[in-house]
Amino acid sequence: MANSQDRSQGRTGGIVSGGAPAAATFTGNRALQIEEPLIFEMGQPGRCGVDLPEPPKVKDRLNGLRRTGDIGLPGLSEPQVVQHYTRLSQKNYAIDMGVYPLGSCTMKHNPRINEKVARLPGIGDLHPLQPVSTVQGALELIDRLAHWLKTLTGMPAVAMSPAAGAHGEMCGMMAIAAALEAKGERQKRKVVLAPESAHGTNPATAAALGFTVKPIPANDRGRVDLAALKAALGPASGSEVAAIMLTNPNTCGLFENEIVEIAQAVHDAGAYFYCDGANFNAIVGRVRPGDLGIDCMHINLHKTFSTPHGGGGPGAGPVVLSAALAPYAPYPWIVKDGEKWRVAEDGAAVDGTPLGRLKAFHGQMGMFTRALAYMMSHGADGLKQAAEDAVLSANYVMAALKDTMSPAFEGPCMHEALFDDSFLKDTGVSTLDFAKAMIDEGYHPMTMYFPLVVHGAMLIEPTESQAKEDLDLFLGALRSLAAKAKTGTAAEAFKAAPLYAPRRRLDETLAARKPILRWKPSNNPPETDPLKHAAE
Amino acid sequence: MRYLPLTDADRREMLGVIGARSVDELFRDVPASARLGAKIAGLPDHQGELEVERAFLAYAGKNLSPATTPFFIGAGAYRHHVPATVDYMIQRGEFLTSYTPYQPEITQGTLQYLFEFQTQITLLTGMEVANASMYDGSTGASEAVLMANRVTRRHKALISGGLHPQYRRIIETTAKWEGFKAVISRADAGGLEDLIAAVDKDTSCVVVQNPSFFGHVRDFTKLAAACHAAGALLIVVVTEVVSLGLIKPPGEMGADIVVCEGQSIGNGLGFGGPYVGLFATREKYMRQMPGRLVGETVDADGKRGFVLTLSTREQHIRREKATSNICTNAGLCALAFTVHLTLLGEAGFRRLAELNHAKASELADRIAAIPDVKVLNDSFFNEFTVQLPKPAAPVVEALAAKRILGGLPVSRLIPDDPSVENLLLLAATETATEHGMGPLVAALKEVL
Repeated sequence: MANSQDRSQGRTGGIVSGGAPAAATFTGNRALQIEEPLIFEMGQPGRCGVDLPEPPKVKDRLNGLRRTGDIGLPGLSEPQVVQHYTRLSQKNYAIDMGVYPLGSCTMKHNPRINEKVARLPGIGDLHPLQPVSTVQGALELIDRLAHWLKTLTGMPAVAMSPAAGAHGEMCGMMAIAAALEAKGERQKRKVVLAPESAHGTNPATAAALGFTVKPIPANDRGRVDLAALKAALGPASGSEVAAIMLTNPNTCGLFENEIVEIAQAVHDAGAYFYCDGANFNAIVGRVRPGDLGIDCMHINLHKTFSTPHGGGGPGAGPVVLSAALAPYAPYPWIVKDGEKWRVAEDGAAVDGTPLGRLKAFHGQMGMFTRALAYMMSHGADGLKQAAEDAVLSANYVMAALKDTMSPAFEGPCMHEALFDDSFLKDTGVSTLDFAKAMIDEGYHPMTMYFPLVVHGAMLIEPTESQAKEDLDLFLGALRSLAAKAKTGTAAEAFKAAPLYAPRRRLDETLAARKPILRWKPSNNPPETDPLKHAAE
Repeated sequence: MRYLPLTDADRREMLGVIGARSVDELFRDVPASARLGAKIAGLPDHQGELEVERAFLAYAGKNLSPATTPFFIGAGAYRHHVPATVDYMIQRGEFLTSYTPYQPEITQGTLQYLFEFQTQITLLTGMEVANASMYDGSTGASEAVLMANRVTRRHKALISGGLHPQYRRIIETTAKWEGFKAVISRADAGGLEDLIAAVDKDTSCVVVQNPSFFGHVRDFTKLAAACHAAGALLIVVVTEVVSLGLIKPPGEMGADIVVCEGQSIGNGLGFGGPYVGLFATREKYMRQMPGRLVGETVDADGKRGFVLTLSTREQHIRREKATSNICTNAGLCALAFTVHLTLLGEAGFRRLAELNHAKASELADRIAAIPDVKVLNDSFFNEFTVQLPKPAAPVVEALAAKRILGGLPVSRLIPDDPSVENLLLLAATETATEHGMGPLVAALKEVL
């Protein structure tokens, strides 16, 4: 292997000292780190991972459109499939492996009882269009989750169908558009205000609905500048503002302490208050967003209520709605008539004028089941304790690192601790380098370069799921890395990180410049061609 | 509480390091009017795993599980056998509890299976590129229309009467609030609709479904040509992805965007979600696609690896100028899909499709033999439309009372069209048996 020498040289200069130079192996594997080809490089005709009966011969009723030619799918036996995906799984970091401090993502423990109940016969195998008389328990379950969500947020209604947080934003902002239309103000109010620190989904959602997005500045304490907001809103009579989209606790990990005044000003101007609920985990069970004057808020069930992140979904994003917006909730509505549950689907008479439909069927039922199991396991007492532990842990991180790294803002944070990169000034080490060095220490990096308002941002969200001794080890690693960076002589070593991950730094520029988005026989680079390897 | 590792001693010690007397101090930025003194009222306290499981068994007990009963419902969600390997694999913690692969060095597992998934989707659909999945087929269809509007800079979508009614309503909802025109054709139960004459110079796209909601298998080659002559795109929706094992793929008919509901492969019915949307297009439209894309590259040692790519389309970079507001996809459902399809392979996938078609053919012949009942389809894959001599909704209820889940009354999804009142949509997959078909046919004879 031509590159093995380069790799071992890279290691000698590594951040972690004392490692022996790596020796080349015949296979290219390194003990538990096993190189894995693509399924398309493994398949053989004649192999199959399922046994299906011979289909009876019938006359085709395919309108002469029978598929001809090979599809091109590889054939693998079941053990090969199990080995393939097991090896791939071992190239992933995960919550189940340790501290996963990805800020704004709430990577908390995912209990397995939630997985078990979501798969129960009579829940996991129901068809969404079975007669409602045969799914009374499922509808009751959705309504029970709705009850928890309404009670925890102090809001009167909830739209359950949005499939993810961004989808929930779309739902909430459509409800606001519908309310404005009902008042004859939709053409007049075309502006949505959002802080510069907002999640990218906020401006993307508002723009998709035809709103012009105007940023509102932050004050030097990392919160919305109330005076600037009032100026942007203008007088109620002439205000062109439809809504404000605000995350609270905000993306700097801070509670908007003037939120009641913000809500008042927004309402005085005749606008609506959309709250991005991504950070609800900080306050669940302790603060009801409804008491703060919001009009709607999506709840990422995969964050606060621990439904698994699954490598990037599926999520679920129910939206709680104020009395002013509740009539516009999209179909379907789950309604109780006496003792019987029913689903009010498109066109059905309900107590409102639904804005339409956002998703087929009834929403992410599998996520509803998991989230409800999580809530019932915690109870009102446990949810409050979880929020407190999440906030306590983040403040502990902040306190433990405040002299080594550079906190972006003063004062207590909520569930995540935000640092800027000033502690790395003149070291030659960037936020990216610092994050990559954490990988070699066995951690998933924090969120980097978000929020955009803080230079070289590092957003650490420990969640409530980490034991203190595990947090202490993590903090020790960060202090050690910061100290090494500050020697001013470690830039090269940081730039080489990670050294011990399944892959070194990947060339993202190449990926974007010459996109290869699918396997073709010709893209197989010779150094990873398994057949060529075997021949050598 | 079993999920919380901090002890009271830990908490005291941590407060000491922070320099706070109590945790309440950390919440001091919350306005006093919104601080709750005690835990929220109206909700129970924490429970053990046994009690939680018992509560869910009680919910389950109030439902009729398809596993225990003759079952023939489709209409965009299909009951198939999912191999045990699939569910085992997706429950591996390294997959289940990982997130969007922002740090590619330690998420090659997710990235590689998504790259394989994207490749599989291009092969199934006959298209050139595919993304890393959408929330589901229904939301994917609406995103496809938005993409066609971007590509053509036009704002009028023609929607086939053969498209799933809920998909149609999502497009209508998007059209209303995002500001474009959706021209809706009336329900096409007979499968004879011809949209070519309706395509004009303002049309951004035509959205069709194959097999249609009513089960008809159509050739859209001429429609594609008409779209292209007028500068419009053809969007083909497939709600039963198993059909692609037997039917000419949309890519070979000239489709520009293909959207599938991928639930049938790897994902259970789950009362409607989460499912997985498949989204494929031509290479020339790649940069207008919504959603995550995984691309191949090399690492610092020159080894092949995978990364999220072309993210300059996406909301976290482009913000208000993004192609879509979508952030996550359906990663774990995409994993279930790709594991199941890898188990099937070429031979298994084709055989599965043949089995579905054979079962549905058998059912159609038996249903057609019932007096006064007419099968409307000359062509179908595993689902077809039946005209009953009376309204279908009460018939389905009467079957349910006999513990038979005997299809979908079309009026449930199209309540405003009296012409569909007597129509029943029936699906039969490889899971259908004589023990199911026999009782269905007998019960139908009885209740009609």
